[in-house]
Amino acid sequence: MTENHHHHVKLPEGSIEKQTTTLNVGPTHPATHGVFQNIMELDGERIVSTESTVGYIHRAFEKIAERRPLYQITPLTDRLNYCSSPINNMGWHLTCEKLLGVETPKRVDYLRIIIMELARISDHLICNSIVGVDTGAYTGFLYVMQYRELIYEIYEEVCGSRLTTNIGRIGGFERNFSNTAFTKLEKFLKEYPSVLKEFENLFTRNRIFMERTIGTGAISAERALNYGFTGPNLRATGVDYDVRVHSPYSSYEDFDFTIPVGSTGDNYDRFLVRNEEMWQSLGIIQQAYRKIQEFKGAEAEVFHANVPEYYLPEKKDVYTKMEALIWHFKIIMGEVDMPKGEVYKSVEGGNGELGFYLISDGGRAPFRLHFRRPCFIYYQAYPELVTGGMLSDAIVTMSSLNLIAGEMDA
Amino acid sequence: MAVTNDLIQQKLTAKFGEGFFHFEESYGMLTIEAPKEQNLKVLQFLYEEEELAFRFLTDLCAVNYPDLPGRELAVVYHLHNLADNLRIRFKVFTGIENPDIFTASKLFSSANWMERETYDFFGVNFVGHPNLKRILNVDEMDYFPMRKEFPLEDQTRRDKDDEMFGRG
Repeated sequence: MTENHHHHVKLPEGSIEKQTTTLNVGPTHPATHGVFQNIMELDGERIVSTESTVGYIHRAFEKIAERRPLYQITPLTDRLNYCSSPINNMGWHLTCEKLLGVETPKRVDYLRIIIMELARISDHLICNSIVGVDTGAYTGFLYVMQYRELIYEIYEEVCGSRLTTNIGRIGGFERNFSNTAFTKLEKFLKEYPSVLKEFENLFTRNRIFMERTIGTGAISAERALNYGFTGPNLRATGVDYDVRVHSPYSSYEDFDFTIPVGSTGDNYDRFLVRNEEMWQSLGIIQQAYRKIQEFKGAEAEVFHANVPEYYLPEKKDVYTKMEALIWHFKIIMGEVDMPKGEVYKSVEGGNGELGFYLISDGGRAPFRLHFRRPCFIYYQAYPELVTGGMLSDAIVTMSSLNLIAGEMDA
Repeated sequence: MAVTNDLIQQKLTAKFGEGFFHFEESYGMLTIEAPKEQNLKVLQFLYEEEELAFRFLTDLCAVNYPDLPGRELAVVYHLHNLADNLRIRFKVFTGIENPDIFTASKLFSSANWMERETYDFFGVNFVGHPNLKRILNVDEMDYFPMRKEFPLEDQTRRDKDDEMFGRG
């Protein structure tokens, strides 16, 4: 060996003879839209194999939850799929209500549905417009942002925050919807249909977009079910499974809507399913708003169930009434024990079935809480979806699966 | 005939015999417990039997019960019959000293990562798993953090001075 060799980088054994290229996509890369790593083996631009690594933002939510009273767990659920936090919050409250046996009034259910469907729209909006960005069309993304902003303003009116919402309480909402909230909702219902129409005009029959998405990242219904797909990704393969219909919660059974399905399970069908779901969500919100306006007298003011053991009293009562102050203290400090039991409750999240498996041993905090995180489960299929395809299609597939790192890593 | 909780109990008892299972119903969901050596056989029967058809694995996780000697770890499967829309819960218990459970990843592709997660946090050894390594925690970790023996925060730590919150 000559002196010179010491100045060179040492390559792993077999690197020179190897016919493929190893490419590291992520963990932080503009094209991954989140913290995922994929180690791809490429033959030219074609993917030979890929290995996914997750867990870069694991925050031990399930462990933390074992020490927290119910209300302190709500903010943890915000940080799962943070594109639609209100759905996570509601899912968690519904789980608690199931364990505690709390019945919610109809008006609360309808108000919750408005918030959950707004969240679904904002979730799908982000996902679909990002698919647009990854195929080279930035316009849609920028255009729809102002309506996501409007949705966030409605959250803000209801709960005071925008992204990690911590919205609602066990039994209902922290306060009644203000007039401003309803005015903003009306504005949204009036203006959004034409925006969504225009968004569809930009993409749905766009030659370039169709060429990029049709036939890429496809999966059959059978494989999708075996991989535990749920949500729009499963429906794009032609399976009409939707938690809102199969296990109705929050009075979804009172509403008239259809479940859009695709047939090929490719990126294009996923896009179409999400778009149609936004139209359906709009219809649901309209119906819910109409139903809410029909309540008269005292019923029109109801925004929570009557469960003083679990529902935080209003702040003004806490400052002036002894009873309210006591309950406030007991609830915040977690001094109200839960009944013993095991429940599984799921809701239709933005990207699939979001489940909560809660085991209580009768103490102040859960004995065990497990989140069924839809994208953690279906992301396993990613290598199968992209192997044999082009690298550029793999990027589109990744965004069209609606992967949210916060949810995946818990 | 749509599948019901009663039908499942009948079918399972007819196939595996009396006293093999422990049945329980909690909040409307049938919970089935079986010996851990037979977990795959039961899962496969639930999957393949035409009338049962539990072909969707909704969730898989583990629970640690430190106070149950010989049954410290439970692996819990949530299964769903999508056609008849019925969910069931299937449990197997194992001792913590020898936490071997057969992998369900051949039956359900979705079990692959869920079992890795369960191994990562509870140390359940899924026998026959194609790639049983840590998934959310760092590879160098040498313990299983979700076990109850690891409390969230050391209660005796002295570096915090906040008497108001009971650490005084």
